[in-house]
Amino acid sequence: MASGHPDVAARFVANDERLHWHDKAVWWVRQKRDVASAVVPDWEALRSAAAGIKRHTLSRLADYLEEFERNAVALGAQVHWARDAAEHNAIVHGLLVDRGVTKLVKAKSMLTEECKLNPYLEARGIEVIDTDLGERIVQLAEEPPSHIVMPAIHRRKEEIGELFQIHLRTRPGASDPSYLTEAARHHLRDKFLAAGAGLTGVNFAVAETGGLVVCTNEGNADMGTSLPPLHIACMGVEKLVPRERDLGVFLRLLARSATGQPVTAYSTHYQGPRPGAELHIVIVDNGRAELSGREAIRDSLGCIRCGACMNTCPVYRRSGGHSYGYTVPGPIGSVLAPARDPATFATLPFASTLCGSCADVCPVKIELHHQLLALRQEIARKHLVPWQKRTALRLAAWLFAWPRLYRFVGWMARRLVPLVPRRLLYVRWNTWGQQRELPPMPRHSFRARYRRLARGQS
Amino acid sequence: MASRDDILAALRKHAPPPVAAPSLDGLGVAFADPLDQLAKAMASVGGACVRVADIAAAAAAVAALPQAASARRVVSLVPGVGQPNVDLAAVADPHTLADLDLAILPGELAVAENAAVWVDGRALPHRAVFVITDHLVLVVHAAHVVHHMHEAYDRLAGRPRGHGLFISGPSKTADIEQVLVVGAQGARTCTLIVVG
Repeated sequence: MASGHPDVAARFVANDERLHWHDKAVWWVRQKRDVASAVVPDWEALRSAAAGIKRHTLSRLADYLEEFERNAVALGAQVHWARDAAEHNAIVHGLLVDRGVTKLVKAKSMLTEECKLNPYLEARGIEVIDTDLGERIVQLAEEPPSHIVMPAIHRRKEEIGELFQIHLRTRPGASDPSYLTEAARHHLRDKFLAAGAGLTGVNFAVAETGGLVVCTNEGNADMGTSLPPLHIACMGVEKLVPRERDLGVFLRLLARSATGQPVTAYSTHYQGPRPGAELHIVIVDNGRAELSGREAIRDSLGCIRCGACMNTCPVYRRSGGHSYGYTVPGPIGSVLAPARDPATFATLPFASTLCGSCADVCPVKIELHHQLLALRQEIARKHLVPWQKRTALRLAAWLFAWPRLYRFVGWMARRLVPLVPRRLLYVRWNTWGQQRELPPMPRHSFRARYRRLARGQS
Repeated sequence: MASRDDILAALRKHAPPPVAAPSLDGLGVAFADPLDQLAKAMASVGGACVRVADIAAAAAAVAALPQAASARRVVSLVPGVGQPNVDLAAVADPHTLADLDLAILPGELAVAENAAVWVDGRALPHRAVFVITDHLVLVVHAAHVVHHMHEAYDRLAGRPRGHGLFISGPSKTADIEQVLVVGAQGARTCTLIVVG
């Protein structure tokens, strides 16, 4: 498959200098997360509580959704349900068209990325402005976000300067982040003031109150929902928590895990519409119910989208978010994408060393490396593994089943491999050898050395 | 509501076996000096924290702020603090607040662990005020400083339903090469006045 992770990643790693720059930039965020979590004495208890709340909620999600809907409606919100992306997009479009809205300001929402809402609305004549600075940058660059928390982490400030020079008329050659951010502030102010509606994602929805919580650092969600007369909030079914006090757990974990801050600058609790305005909540399934039935990977629905797993992942840091080809990259994306569409995303569970660092930093304790392994097995069962790997593994399995033969082949290899010409060993279909070197052949097998050790002769 | 029923039915069909909700008792760590911790946390999120004895001292502290001295359009919802010249209740359209220089708002409580200040949105004639203003001053009573978020939600439990939010420092972003820039879309500065 030409667009699989190894192929796209190969283009990213071709620029060695940029690769290391990206690796360092992302690792720095991981380090900030370490500092921020280390000063919280009950960090591990918080993670356990968060995982427990998510598991509990998932086990009776339908009940909690009904409770949420009842309470949200009682507060004056209107609740819509969408089975899939198409239904979600049609609902949002309908709300805008019915009110004659042609300009929409959006806060960050991975769900609307998943549903490809922006192109859907733009094709129908609606101006859609992403208002998170990073999202606005990638929107102007006409590319998807490469990280769920830092959408433009792959872009250098000089490139952003060039982009802003074209679209925001900033000074040629300017690349100072303060200057560029100030320019974006003025640019986005105009958009906020002109918008007919504001759309946000949802970080948490509370069944007990019917309220929503949206977290931002920039304040863009608050700007977008406090000026226009229509607020549309789009959420996956899994965003629910049962009680408001559960938020104490998640707000302590989210920003520390995401950026190393103690909490986001704005954690806004929406309960009903603004006086004289409308609040519409669109609840989306899009495959989540089905995922909740798959025991090996259902915990992935507990993800709070902090991005910590990508920041720590040795593969993400060195291959960039775009190499995953999915809305959510990194370890969690490598679970969510193939869970939905194993044929298209068959390479993603293999874009991992299974080192488990992602699971160690995950604030809701998703065992990502176990889930990636489970998905590898599923993909192998579906015959979606490339023939080279399939053949090599089948051969190995056969060889391991014949111990005497295995020993003989090892004996032969120790003698023959050093004699084989390099171009024969590293032939084109030896994909393993394309980025790797065989170690020098040892003189004796492990078994022989072990026997000698056991006899005390070493 | 075919979609609603389909989604709920699918969730029920695929639901994992029941899992009990975890206990949240014992979460959160108390600080020896929560007011000192609050000031440190506020500094770490790019804001400033000023302790004063009473409302008169709060007014003096605000008057001494450079962003107050240069402010032309000012909102204050804290009686006795600031020199307000915009009556929020008389503003019909929040878009006209776009050139607001300073907003002085009451905070219901402040959280020592992360400098989050709860602002009751129901008390604001326009929600936009806390984010559209160039500079923000929040005034909280020292008795309303809590240790951590769990304590904050315990205090907020049972309040009347409606809009509210935690504000922790000024608006900020690090979306350009991870360089922290204060003053993204919302307030450029955030000063917390702790009274008492």
